This record gives sequence, structure tokens and C-alpha cells, in this order.
Amino acid sequence: MLQRSQGSVPNRPILSVRDLRTGFAMRDGFVAAVDGVSFDMHEGRTLAIVGESGCGKSVTARSVLRIVERPGKIVGGEILLRRKDGQVDDLVGFGQDSKDLRAVRGRDIALVFQEPMTSFSNHYTIGNQIGEMLRLHLRLSQRETRERTIEILGRVGIPSPERRIDEYPFQLSGGLRQRVMIAMALSCGPRVLIADEPTTALDVTTQAQILDLLRSMQQQTNMAMMLITHDMGVVAEMADDVAVMYLGKLVEYGPVDKIFHAPRHPYTRALLRSIPSIRAKPRSRLPVLQGSIPSAVLRPTGCPFHPRCEQAMAGTCDRDMPQLLPASNDVEVSCFLHHPPESLSTTASGVAS
Amino acid sequence: MTARPQSGQRLLEVKRLSKSFPIRKGLLRKVTGAVHAVDDVSFEVEAGETLSLVGESGCGKTTTARCVVGALDATAGELTYYAENGAAIDTRSAAGELRRRLRRDVQMVFQDPISSLNPRMMVLDIIAEPLLVHGVRNRSERQDRVAELMRLVGLRPEYMQRYPHAFSGGQRQRIGIARAIALNPRLVVADEPVSALDVSVQAQVVNLLLDLQDQLGISYLFVAHDLSVVKHMSDRVAVMYLGRIVEITDTVSLYEQPMHPYTEALLSAAPEPDPRSKSRRIMLAGEVPDAANPPTGCHFHPRCPYAVERCGIEKPSLDARANGRRVACHRADELNLVGVAEETIA
Repeated sequence: MLQRSQGSVPNRPILSVRDLRTGFAMRDGFVAAVDGVSFDMHEGRTLAIVGESGCGKSVTARSVLRIVERPGKIVGGEILLRRKDGQVDDLVGFGQDSKDLRAVRGRDIALVFQEPMTSFSNHYTIGNQIGEMLRLHLRLSQRETRERTIEILGRVGIPSPERRIDEYPFQLSGGLRQRVMIAMALSCGPRVLIADEPTTALDVTTQAQILDLLRSMQQQTNMAMMLITHDMGVVAEMADDVAVMYLGKLVEYGPVDKIFHAPRHPYTRALLRSIPSIRAKPRSRLPVLQGSIPSAVLRPTGCPFHPRCEQAMAGTCDRDMPQLLPASNDVEVSCFLHHPPESLSTTASGVAS
Repeated sequence: MTARPQSGQRLLEVKRLSKSFPIRKGLLRKVTGAVHAVDDVSFEVEAGETLSLVGESGCGKTTTARCVVGALDATAGELTYYAENGAAIDTRSAAGELRRRLRRDVQMVFQDPISSLNPRMMVLDIIAEPLLVHGVRNRSERQDRVAELMRLVGLRPEYMQRYPHAFSGGQRQRIGIARAIALNPRLVVADEPVSALDVSVQAQVVNLLLDLQDQLGISYLFVAHDLSVVKHMSDRVAVMYLGRIVEITDTVSLYEQPMHPYTEALLSAAPEPDPRSKSRRIMLAGEVPDAANPPTGCHFHPRCPYAVERCGIEKPSLDARANGRRVACHRADELNLVGVAEETIA
């Protein structure tokens, strides 16, 4: 079992996202998919970004790599990457197709996609596709590339890698394809790995293998990992820190144990309660979260969760947007129940004005 | 508490069902082999109960369900439906009036709430179509019934003139459920009805299915891969692997004391939403093999941590154990497998 670091948080994050805003210019106007999100990632730790469809978790991940597809656009905030020499670069400041940004993608920050079938090209061998990264980023020779690729394929548990390297993605099973995807992401030794629903398309027994692989790779390389998922089971198993998102906003952010055992935001609480449990009594009803997630185009005023919130306070939650503020020394929550509007006006007046 | 008839009255009997798909190759599409998607599967569904078929992709659970509703023609085996008057209907050969009765009594709910509803039809027409097909000619009568059905599944009847795109995923699944229960069926085959839904909406639909069963006494053949959802839904569970049932028994026994190594592995692989849970995970080697080229003997033996020589040679039969349980494993009686205990406090 993974040892959870208690309090031994390295003080300087490797990646800091500050007030990130990403949106899409649509016919109906500008739709904010990510609306002022901030978080930190540390070496050797896993941050899970969790939420239901449309909460902006995937757009957040894509924003960090600056690969949000048009008409999507980052309209504000900072993405601060701390280099090995201590220098800090703001990725938002880099040009979309600049050399600097391309040097970061795949080398410093790598990505594992959900669907391993659509994210590979079927016209090139897997060796060719992994090798491309090594040649571009590390400028290895052809022979070195091949040796290194076989070594990496072996490390992620591909049987007989010297034969598999010349196969095409369609010749591999779903689980093996996801292993190849992880091999490709890890090939240049990234310091930050973003895994966007890495096991959603897989069967449970294969999912267990892939989660195990990601964990052991992190232990070997001490990379920081961002895990994007909707599955609270996967979060509980993998994460050190959890950020819960709802309609583009972070609603709660803190260490995994606090999120699961002392959730503060009504959405986090309701979400955790509504998960079916393998330990439930057969034929038992689930506590239900009323209504469904509104579309980002018709975002409710005030707190985006207020129309579904049982504890919503009329005149407050439907009017003002709560800020994400510390609720204890390590948990932040954005809810008026924890930060009543009066205290908010005094503490946040400096920021607001 | 519940209106479900727990009579032990048999509703559906599946005997030695097999379904294979031919593999064709070359210019002349010559048959070069076959995928045995369902291989000698037998089970019964009783009136008012829920039997779940669980397993990973390619285990044959959906193919079995499709054979039951008649969407696929079985290759071999018997499918018998017992009508309310006790008449046994052979579903594979039923014709005329018997076939009409079968079509009315056995309905289906699909996984994808988007592609299973015609985007060009109003919700009213979608839900009313089975009524029309089965002879409710009067338009206002149909409309009244649709309003009643919409209320029953938690939709507002005022919305019956809208099109599917105006509804959310969970609401669309409710429309599909309303259509399935329109003719008062006795058996509803639900193929992964909640797996495309968000967690918060999934809970609503699980509760709805349970409520409808209590109110209407319907039986469900519930097909799913998520063991947690299955736990909430089922009276009995059949675990499938590569076209065969490996274990079938009541829900509590299956989860607490699995007797097949695959059931044990499946239970241990499900991630639990609790960072403090210290579940012992059985890591299976490899993946589900290709159904066109299954292993000899027990299909599970290459991945089974308890396999012995015999397992690779001899196919285990699905043998009866205590309390109606059936297990297909040579070593079922000597192994002491670990399940998941029920939580004492909710």
C-alpha cells in the first residue's frame, strides 16, 4: 500500500496554477469552463481533480499543457512551472506554438489520455511514436532511441518489448495500449505527469494493474502527478490531495483523508454519499443529490451549486459567489456556510475593491 | 414493505444457451472460425426478482441479454418464458399471438440514453409507440397513459411535447424506462442502464428502478460491470467470464463468501471510495483472453492464482452447492476465498 506523506509537504511546489480562467467563445456568448482555479503540485505527490461531467476538470488539465482546442482560450491566470535550477516560468506567457512551450510539452509535463485507441496513430509502429519524443526532446541517435524505447516498454510491463516495439497500436489489447501510452509519457522523464481519466475505458482488473503501474512509476521517479477522474474510488486509492470541481469552480481542496472523512462543502458531502457501495445492503436506496448539473451556458447566479444545495441560503447563495478560503490549516472550501458573507466582506474587501 | 411477489414463480428459464458469431476472412468471406460469445449458459429469473449478470468486457453478458429479448437469435439452447397464465412460451420459435405476448411482457432498457431515443420524435410519441403497436388506437387514451408513465418515472408530463435533446442524460434514461414499462411488462432487461450517467444522477436512476420494482412487481435481468451498482440492485448475481457463468448465487453470499477465484478477484479489484480502506488486492496477470481463441479447460486458469494442472485440461461444470449456489471451479470446496463484508453503519 502507498504510504501517504503526512505533513512532509515540500514547501516549494513544482507547478502552481493561479486563478486560471479558460473559456469558449460560443454563439451564445463566452462560456467559462474553468473559472478562477488555483492549486499546487508537489514532487512525489498526486493531486486528484475530481468532478462530474462539465465541471472543467479536463479543460483544466489541457490548459496546463496549453492544448485547449479552439474556440477554447485561456483568458487569465498563471501556470507557474519551477525548473530544476529554481527558475519559475509562467506558461501562459509563452506563445501558443513557441519553441519554449514545445520544449515543455512531453518533456517537463507529459500527458496520458483516456482513450488509448484514438490518441495513437495507427499508421506508425509504437516504437516509432515513442521514438519521436526521444529524438525531438533528448536528441538521441537512432540506435540509442531504439534501446531506450525497449527499456521503457519493459519498465511499464510490456512482455517481450523487443518484439512489441515493431507492432502497431491496433495489434495491442486495451490494457497494453494504455501501458504503451504511459511508456510514451514517461519516456523523457517528465517531472509532472497529467493523467486524464487513465483507466476509465478499462475493465476493473486491468484498471487495478494500471493504477499499480502509475504508483510504482511515481515512486521510482518522484514525479508530481495530476489525476483527472470522476471515480471517487480511484481518487481514494491514488491521491494525496484532492480538488473537487463543480461547474468550473473549485469548491473544496485539501488532503485526501480530510476530503473523504470530513468533507465540508455540501456538494462534496452529497457526492460522496451518492456513490453506490460494494458494502451496501442489497436493494438499499442511495441518498440522492436532487436535480442535474446545469449546462455551463446557463450557469446559475451566485454559487453554481445553490439550486441543488439543501442548505442554500436565500438572498446569499443565489446572489453572491463564495470565494475559496481556508477552513482549517490544510483545507480550503468555497461556501457561505463556512465563510458567512459578513466575515467575507471584512476579510476579502481588500481583494474585492 | 414491498409489493414484490416473492413466490418463487418462474418467469424465465435459460437452458444451455450458446451464441457464436462467425469469423469471416478473405475475398469470399469464408468462415474461418467462430467467436463463442455465450457458451452453454443456464439460469432462471423468478417473478419479482432481480438477477444481475456481471463481468468484464467480452464476457457475454450483453449477448445473453440480447438473446433473451430476441434481438439476437441464439445458436443453441432453450429460452422459455412463462406467461401469467402459466403457459410456457419457447421464445426462439414463438409466432403469432404468443410472439405478441412475449414482445409485450419482455422489454428492454438500453445503456446509451442518447442513441436509444429517436431525436426526431417527441417524448410523447416515443413513450406512446409501444402502446400504438400493441393496439391502443385512441390518441387521448395514449396521451393519458404517457402522462401517467412520465409521473411514475419522475418526469413532468407538461414536457411530453418536447424532443429528447431538451432533456439531460438522467432524464433521457427516465424516458427510456417509461417506454419500457408502458405495456406493464413482467420482465425488463436492462443493459448497463446507469453506466453512462454521472454519479449524482446514477443514484437517482438506481432508486427509480428499485421503486418501480416495488410498485409494479417487475423482474429485472440487470446487466452491469459495476459491482457496487449491482450490490444495490440485485437479489441474485451471476458472474460471467469469457462466455460462461462461473458463479451464481444470492447477492449477500456472493459478496461475502465468493467461491470462484474470479469472483474474488473482481471484488478485490473494485476501488473503494475510502482512503483508509486496506483492502487486499488480488492482482490478476494479463487480460481477458480473446473469445475467438479461449484457453483450454477452465477459461480462467491462465490468470487464476489458484490454478492447478487439472484446470488447464478439464472444463469445470457449474455444480450445485448449498442454498442454490452454483460454481464452476475444480477447487471451489478446498479454497477459502475472501469477500467484502457488509458495512454495519450506513
